[in-house]
Amino acid sequence: MSALGPLATRMGDNTLILGHRLSEWCGQAPALEEDIALANTALDLIGQTQMWLGLAAEIAGEGKTADDLAMRRDVWDFRNLLLVERPNVDFAYTTTRQFLFDRWHLPMLDALSRSSEPRVAAIAAKAVKEATYHAERSAELVVALGDGTAESHDRMQAALDALWPYTGEMFIGDDIDAELASEGIAPAPESLRDGWEEAVRTFLADATLSVPDSDFAHRGGRSGARHSEHLGHLLTQMQWLQRAYPDATW
Amino acid sequence: MVRPAPAPVPGSMSDLSGRPRHDGPPPATEEEVRAILSGVPDPEIPVISVTDLGIVRDVALRDGTCRVAITPTYSGCPATSVISFAIEAALRDAGLEPVIETRIDPPWTTDWLTETGRAKLLAYGIAPPSPAGGPEACPQCGASDLTRISNHGSTPCKAQWRCDACQEPFNYFKCH
Repeated sequence: MSALGPLATRMGDNTLILGHRLSEWCGQAPALEEDIALANTALDLIGQTQMWLGLAAEIAGEGKTADDLAMRRDVWDFRNLLLVERPNVDFAYTTTRQFLFDRWHLPMLDALSRSSEPRVAAIAAKAVKEATYHAERSAELVVALGDGTAESHDRMQAALDALWPYTGEMFIGDDIDAELASEGIAPAPESLRDGWEEAVRTFLADATLSVPDSDFAHRGGRSGARHSEHLGHLLTQMQWLQRAYPDATW
Repeated sequence: MVRPAPAPVPGSMSDLSGRPRHDGPPPATEEEVRAILSGVPDPEIPVISVTDLGIVRDVALRDGTCRVAITPTYSGCPATSVISFAIEAALRDAGLEPVIETRIDPPWTTDWLTETGRAKLLAYGIAPPSPAGGPEACPQCGASDLTRISNHGSTPCKAQWRCDACQEPFNYFKCH
C-alpha cells in the first residue's frame, strides 16, 4: 500500500497551503463576517491538515510528526495542487480559488469517506462535514459577486480567467492515483471531472460569469515536479520560526 | 504603576480557581468519573460541560488509571487541546491517573448534544441546533422571523443570525 502515504501528503498539503493562504486574510477582509468566515475556514483546513499529515507521518515512521512534515520540508517535497498556492491577490481571486477548490474537495472527501482504508475513511468523514460549509459559502459568494456590481463582476471574471488553467491538474491522474483507485482507497481523479464541471458551470452561469474557452492545464504541483515561485515565498513565512530556531517549542 | 490583573471570568479558560474540586477517595465507578466530567466546562461556551457537548465518547477505569476518549467537534477547533488539558486536570484532582485519547471516528455530530446542554445553550442566548438547518426561534424574544447574517461566527460551531422582530443579533449553534 505504498500509495497511501502520497495520498495523505497530497490531501494534507492542499489543506495546509490553502489554510495558510486564507489565514493571510485575518484582520484584513472587507467585512467582519467575511474575516471571521475566512479565519474559520482556514482553521478547519489546518485541522484537517493535522489529520492528513498525521497519517502521512505515521506511515513514514521514524518518529515523524505532522509538524515535521509541515514545517521541515522545502518546496520540492510539497504535493499540493498549484491552484492552492496561487496568491490571494484580492477578495475576488480568493473567493474564486476557494470555489474552484471546494467544488473538487467536497466530492473528493465524500468519495474518500467510503475508502477501503479505514484511516482515510475516518478522516474524510470528519472533514466532509466542514467542507460542506466551505462549498456552500464560496458558491454563494461567487454568485453574489459575479452577479453584483460592474466592478465586482469584472474582478470575478478576471480572477476566473486567471485561475481556470490551474483547475485541470485536479483531474489528471498518475501511477499513484491508479494504484489507489484499483485498491478502492481513493477515486480516480478523472472520475470527479464531470460532476465538478457541471456544478461549477451551473454556479458560474448564475453568477453571469463566462467560463474560459480553454482546457490548458498547468501541472506539477501534486507531483512536486514544478511548483510556482509563490510556494517558496509562502513557506519562508510559514516556516520561518522552525528555520530560524530549529526544535523551538513553547 | 502595575495594574492588577483582571478578574477571570468564572468558568472561562483563564479561570483555574473555579475548577471543580474533588474531596474524598478517588472515584470507583465510571458513573462517578462521568459526574466529575460533567463539571468540566467547554472553554469557549462555559455554560455547557464537555459531557453536555457529547464529546466524551468513552470512559474506562482500571487500577487507578482512567482512560477517556474524546472526539473533536471541528477538526481545527483550538478548544480541543484546552479541553483535554481541563479533563486531565480534573481527573488528577480526583486522584486518578488520566489517559486522554482523541477519537475521530465516528465524527462528532450535534445529535450528541444532551437535552440539558441544549436547554443551557438556549438560556445562555445561543439557539440550539435544529434539523431544519437554522434556529427555530430567537433566543431573546422567541419570534420566528429570522435572518441569517453569516454561517460563521466567533467559534467554528456557531453561525450568526438576526431576529427581525426584536432586531437583536444572536448566535446559532450549527447543526453538524
